[in-house]
Amino acid sequence: MMKFLRSFLLIDLLQGLWVTFRHQSPSQIETEQYPSERPAVSERYRGAPRLNVHPETQETLCISCNLCAVACPENLIVVGSVRNPETKRKDLVTFTYDLSRCMFCGLCEDACPVDALELTQDFEIASYTREGLIWDRQALEEGPRPTQYRQ
Amino acid sequence: MTSLDSNEMVLNMGPQHPSTHGVLRIVLKLDGERVTGTDCIIGYLHRGVEKIAENRTYVQFAPYVDRMDYLAAVSNGLGYCLAVEKLMNAVATPRAQAVRVILTELNRIASHLLWLGTHALDIGAITPLFYTLREREAVLKIFENYCGARLTTHAFRIGGLQYELYDGFEKEVEAFCTQFLPKVDEYEELLSGNRIWRERLRGVGVIDVETCKRFGVTGPVLRAAGLAWDLRKSQPYSGYEQYEFDVPTRTSGDTLDRYFVRLDEMRQSVRIIRQAVANIPSGPIMTKIAKVVKPAVGEAYVSIEAPKGELGYYIVSDGTTHPYRLRVRPPSFVNLQALGHMAKGALVADVVAIIGTIDIVLGEVDR
Repeated sequence: MMKFLRSFLLIDLLQGLWVTFRHQSPSQIETEQYPSERPAVSERYRGAPRLNVHPETQETLCISCNLCAVACPENLIVVGSVRNPETKRKDLVTFTYDLSRCMFCGLCEDACPVDALELTQDFEIASYTREGLIWDRQALEEGPRPTQYRQ
Repeated sequence: MTSLDSNEMVLNMGPQHPSTHGVLRIVLKLDGERVTGTDCIIGYLHRGVEKIAENRTYVQFAPYVDRMDYLAAVSNGLGYCLAVEKLMNAVATPRAQAVRVILTELNRIASHLLWLGTHALDIGAITPLFYTLREREAVLKIFENYCGARLTTHAFRIGGLQYELYDGFEKEVEAFCTQFLPKVDEYEELLSGNRIWRERLRGVGVIDVETCKRFGVTGPVLRAAGLAWDLRKSQPYSGYEQYEFDVPTRTSGDTLDRYFVRLDEMRQSVRIIRQAVANIPSGPIMTKIAKVVKPAVGEAYVSIEAPKGELGYYIVSDGTTHPYRLRVRPPSFVNLQALGHMAKGALVADVVAIIGTIDIVLGEVDR
């Protein structure tokens, strides 16, 4: 009898509906209104690469050791350098990073001995062209410039 | 094709069908509404991962395993790291092991949550999807905070971990556990009692233990058939022997039972996570191994209990920095074999439910 009443009064379905009803309050809204609302990504986020420069002298921190290029599983980093006859060190000339093949594994960042190459919190790196994803030294030092939309 | 019975109809399902969870193509042979045979056609997502492994160093290959079962990237990473560590006779430090357990169990929850949402969506219950994805978001946020990526995490390294725990990790995980358990009850409220859900799933895709063994089916599908076989219990790895948990089983082996088993597994995962978080040992996160990973000549097979079943890595080393051969034993691929058996005699609409309940990820089936 109880079973009949339960099924006749659709108790099981109303029970489920009650769950959905409990979630109606506006405080439960999880949707982010991108792009006016941008997600706060974590500190360790592995996003667009950046080639760090010294904050005061604006000189690159990269010592052209080529370790990142060796560590990369996709071989997408090309470091170009010339030997400086005075200081006997390598000077960085070019640095190419092919983002279109990058899988953001972070191995290049781990390999860098001087924290010059870093995967940053920038995540808006879309491009209309494939060439636009091949970043040269300048692009790597400046970082991406996503379009800012007004509210 | 010439010998087709005049009553038989051939229907192509997929590879674009949303309910095939990726790019699986199934050729259904139908007698009216009943399925008389299925042909799975796979390979649409084949990337040759095992071949890629032969051209990468051991360290470099680690990010690729995340892309096989991309819903359980952490589990894949754990299996691969354990296999290479076995090859090198190295063991991760206690602290690394505890963190590995926490993250893989969180990943199991995330994987089961996505399964629950999409499976319910396939059956016609749209609501759970929103709730499960919301809870999964909390797990992904923990991954992001820990290692910087949400899906293809690359969280573990050979010999331990790359990243130290961030401040407030324990608190965040504990907070997730606390708010997650009532949510599981909520899913039960939505689905378990619901008569449409029950009637739709009961007796669909039945498989017994013996057939499971013949096909090599593992994971929740096997446990729902009644065998309490869980590699975390039967051959513990990464310190699972320290934790107390049950292996949930059911008896009838139908789609409804697999649903219950997975829900119970999520609760058990929370139990493991709580025990692990409560006492994470201090100490180094990386064991002392050579900087260049170069195992001696030999071979190793390590299997772990991934969310979908037994995930095995078999590596042959020829003494160089590259694996000579790497073979993956993916749970999805093996479990998918049972589809033909489970779908025989079922209705066309039930095939969707059966694919969903096996919980396949095509990235892992095709590799």
